[in-house]
Amino acid sequence: MSQQTLFDKVWEKHLIEMEEQQLLFIDLHLIHEVTSPQAFSKLREEGRLVRRPDLTFATADHIVPTGERDNIRDILAKKQIDFLTKNCEEFGITLYDIDHPDNGIVHIIGPELGLTTPGKTIVCGDSHTSTHGAFGSLAFGIGSSEITHVLATQTLPQKKPKTMNIHIDGQLKDYVTSKDIILKIIQEIGTNGGAGHVVEFTGSAVDDMSMEQRMTLCNMIIEAGARAGMIAPDEKTFEYLEGKRFAPRGEAWEEAVAEWKTLKTDPDASYDKTVVIHAYEISPQVTWGTNPSQGTSIEGVVPDPNDLNKGADQDTAKAALKYMDLKPLTKIDDIYVDKVFIGSCTNSRIEDLRVAAEVLRGYQVSSKVEALVVPGSYHIKRRAEEEGLDQIFINAGFDWREPGCSMCPGMNPDMAKPGERIASTSNRNFEGRQGKEARTHLVSPAMAAATAVKGHFIDVRDWTFKEDGEKNATF
Amino acid sequence: MQPFSRFSGQTISINQTDIDTDIIIPAEFLKRIERSGFGKYMMYYWRYDSDGKVKEDFPLNQEAYENVSILVTGDNFGCGSSRENAVWALHDYGFQVIIAPSFADIFKNNCSNNGLLTIELDHETIDLLHAKSKAKPPYHLEVDIEKQVVFDHDGFEATFNIDPKVKYKLLHGLDDIDLTLLMEDKINEYESERPIYLNPST
Ligand code: SF4
Repeated sequence: MSQQTLFDKVWEKHLIEMEEQQLLFIDLHLIHEVTSPQAFSKLREEGRLVRRPDLTFATADHIVPTGERDNIRDILAKKQIDFLTKNCEEFGITLYDIDHPDNGIVHIIGPELGLTTPGKTIVCGDSHTSTHGAFGSLAFGIGSSEITHVLATQTLPQKKPKTMNIHIDGQLKDYVTSKDIILKIIQEIGTNGGAGHVVEFTGSAVDDMSMEQRMTLCNMIIEAGARAGMIAPDEKTFEYLEGKRFAPRGEAWEEAVAEWKTLKTDPDASYDKTVVIHAYEISPQVTWGTNPSQGTSIEGVVPDPNDLNKGADQDTAKAALKYMDLKPLTKIDDIYVDKVFIGSCTNSRIEDLRVAAEVLRGYQVSSKVEALVVPGSYHIKRRAEEEGLDQIFINAGFDWREPGCSMCPGMNPDMAKPGERIASTSNRNFEGRQGKEARTHLVSPAMAAATAVKGHFIDVRDWTFKEDGEKNATF
Repeated sequence: MQPFSRFSGQTISINQTDIDTDIIIPAEFLKRIERSGFGKYMMYYWRYDSDGKVKEDFPLNQEAYENVSILVTGDNFGCGSSRENAVWALHDYGFQVIIAPSFADIFKNNCSNNGLLTIELDHETIDLLHAKSKAKPPYHLEVDIEKQVVFDHDGFEATFNIDPKVKYKLLHGLDDIDLTLLMEDKINEYESERPIYLNPST
């Protein structure tokens, strides 16, 4: 048999029809309130049923308030949530609604419930579905018609994408995280550098990462235009999944692990494209512009658009600086912020909260900064509270909230005011993403926490950590 | 979806390039749970001013164009976000055919999933159609999908290319779901052989 990549293996195992078109069987379909309503309506209009409600799971996350949970003032938001409840009831789909102890952001709860497992095909009407690829599954975002298609048939017609390898070798410096690596990768390959490709991350830096860090990596590869990101499963993956609610058990677990161990790229398989990144060269990153590729390291400065090469690059950079109200050559650590947001499906997992708390222990948030921390799910929230992290945040002056997408999409009450500058651990710094005329700088949780204290960006590698406490944080 | 082999309708020319999906359906109208009713909001800020008053000078608002169903427009129509709401809005407004020199990929795909025909013609031909549409409305065009031609009764005729799968779908009024379900046996067969550990444990 010819040599195959991890992607080829997962793809091939899910092909139903190979002649006229490539039809993929879908193992897991995740649903949320914003992109599913029309898909359900279409299903109903056409008199169809959900083929596999047992493989379909729903949560409400995008428009839910993280403050007052039971008082949703936005009528349209309330209607979307109610409609999701009705649809799930009618079609027999498990729903983790806003009061459910398992509720959380769709890409957080999939893995923590053990729904996301290696080798699965996973889809969701949300581009950051790529997150689940950290487990060696093939996971990607889909549109409304495609949601209906999956609901009705549990399959999806697809064209086979190309493959790309991003090899990250060497060791990360202390306090540099996978968020910094992915921001750096997007800077290097550009916002459509991965277009048409499924990216597989390999290399010693990836091997060393925790599952949380791997999820952050895969989460944001979509910002480089890739169809999906994947990482071959290993012992860490199995350890993470064992005992999780929906993970295989008993004999099925043994069988699964044996199969999962084969899910790796063969030694002589080739990719359509390869990029090599040296982890040890990377510093904490901060974006200065209005797309995730417009960023630099904390020691850097805002670029002068005139120094950039291509005409189009110059124009976008100029427009970005105007929107961001930044002058060329401003030192990154001279930029002051109004808000700090720690949350989103990129960086709201327990490890992210531990890192941020470790930075914050014994410190106070700057009096000029409003700071918000939003755990990605109720599981994470409870865990953090057991570990006393909530107290560290609250003592430092952070607002400790209920789970949800919060400030990431600007679709719920957590929104920045016009002109406000935010240090955000989310994934998109587009114009207006976090509120009309809001200015977003993407950073890691450790950097966000340090920035909250100082009021401006600061290199977290220079941080003086107070009280040793339990050092359970891994960066 | 309705089968669709021949179509006749009145045209309107909106001769601009890069009309994006934000123009076709502004983001603020996306927080709706319905798929219908988006026609009201189609090209909202081109049709209405900030006080919600009708902009009389915009062609779509003029009586001569009340019953249009064929849009003739510029390059890269439907670029921007992938929101399918843009297609629903155009369809709901009454458009069945869109003719342009080129379309954005995802938009074109979304059209085919909703029974809208996109026709790509060369710039010269499109310029002629813009002129004809504007000269003395109503100007009617006819489309024959089987033969892949678009023509009027005044001697104009142009052939166009169409993806065979899209053509099949339009002619038979089938969407991707119908096509997939033609292979239901194969799906059943695949499902019966799927390893148990791929299902969530109960
Ligand atoms: S946190 Fe942001 S990126 Fe993630 S699912 Fe929610 S809105 Fe999408």
